[in-house]
Amino acid sequence: MDLPDRSNGRPSREGTHFALELPSDLRLIDPAIGYLAGRLRDYGYEGSRLTLNFRVGVSEALANAMIYGNGRDPGKRVRVEVELGWERVSVVVRDEGDGFDPGEVPDPTLPENLEQPGGRGIFLIRELMDEVDFHGCGNCVRLVLYRQEPLPRAS
Amino acid sequence: MSFRTSKQNGVVVVDVDGQLIVGNRQELKQKVLDELEGGERKFLIDFTNTGYIDSSGLGVLVSLSKKIREQGGELRLANLNEDLRTLFELTKLDTLFNIADSRDAALSAF
Repeated sequence: MDLPDRSNGRPSREGTHFALELPSDLRLIDPAIGYLAGRLRDYGYEGSRLTLNFRVGVSEALANAMIYGNGRDPGKRVRVEVELGWERVSVVVRDEGDGFDPGEVPDPTLPENLEQPGGRGIFLIRELMDEVDFHGCGNCVRLVLYRQEPLPRAS
Repeated sequence: MSFRTSKQNGVVVVDVDGQLIVGNRQELKQKVLDELEGGERKFLIDFTNTGYIDSSGLGVLVSLSKKIREQGGELRLANLNEDLRTLFELTKLDTLFNIADSRDAALSAF
């Protein structure tokens, strides 16, 4: 896994953008998340927004891309495009698979699903990230997280 | 990332150091299942030194809890930090597990 050099990675006023290409190897998720979290920390992201929302939300997207998108084929890659600013970070995760229908995922918090070992990944992404859009045939997801939790909209 | 097992007051205690995620969940599962097969029935997983858990990690806990219960045993969890508690609450898994604030509280509840 080639990670962009952080030596010149001092935060700029305009923000930054970069991309990672990961082979479909689940062992790479943790170091990739560690690297991304470090970049976000440079831009003032902290607390549970970073340690829970970002880490778990993006981990789930990477795991889904590697397992369900690319079928764990190490020859297939996952591309991660990051636009990082002081107010928000956008992460686009794209795999080489055939995609899926995100609308068909059952609610894992229903009593009948609570003891299922799987099915919580998409749910967690939606719960933890501020914006989630699936693109194309479902093999590309765009996640957005604001540095500070957005205020609830007035009704 | 590693899992350390020890035995305290007849309870198998597993410490999760680092993350419990898709890349290492099988290791935890195998360790607990080996102990279960060896006759152990009381299990405590301590998350004092755990950074984060992903959906696969949650899945392995659900699956282990079920297997242990089927054998007449019990799995308890202890020392979840604020992030981990939020994760269990979001997924409603806080209703499925016995979660203690400390290792001692969990051990004394068996």
